[in-house]
Amino acid sequence: MLFYSFFKTQVGQQVTVELKNDLAIQGTLESVDQFLNFKLKDISVVDEERYPHMISVKNCFIRGSVVRYVQLSPPTVDTALLQDAARREAQSTQQQQQQSKPPTAATNTTAIATATGSVS
Amino acid sequence: MADTLVAGTAGNSASMVEEPLDLVRLSLDERIYVKLRGDRELRGRLHAYDQHLNMVLGDVEETITIVEVNEQTNTQSVNTVNRKVPMLFVRGDGVILVSPPSRSS
Repeated sequence: MLFYSFFKTQVGQQVTVELKNDLAIQGTLESVDQFLNFKLKDISVVDEERYPHMISVKNCFIRGSVVRYVQLSPPTVDTALLQDAARREAQSTQQQQQQSKPPTAATNTTAIATATGSVS
Repeated sequence: MADTLVAGTAGNSASMVEEPLDLVRLSLDERIYVKLRGDRELRGRLHAYDQHLNMVLGDVEETITIVEVNEQTNTQSVNTVNRKVPMLFVRGDGVILVSPPSRSS
């Protein structure tokens, strides 16, 4: 959820989204969701001579999975805050993993016991 | 021996390495080298990452390697294109490896 939260702070900023097919689209970030799909408004294609297909497109939705990069403007990014958030995220995902381990093993044993019990 | 191990496990989690992503965590605020799909490489300062290896890098230099084969002479030429990006989000599904930058770069 770290980058979802991060991109929510970028809403309203000018960004350049570079896709896996090398198309680069510049525009204002309108919204973002948990899959890192983006909606951009007032868009322009960075290399219009090579990609003239979208000249008349003003707004677009970009599926998260086709994104390679998003270029951001540095003054809008609080790097110290980002690093803190990344450390917290790393810690919380690790804790979730540790919590989920012991119950899984226990559940399996009971499941086997129940299964053998029901057969006999 | 066992005691030191136990003490290590109970020690502060910030400097501990027990899973691969901990190595990435220790690279936060350091310059790193990232190899990507499509013959792309990045060098930049790591500001954030998550379990998918989505990342935000600062002062990034991207190197794209293009290998061209000349069919007449049957020779290969390797061209690299460099470009700089001040602040870049990288989607994790393109990442192949993350490492400290080599000393030559």
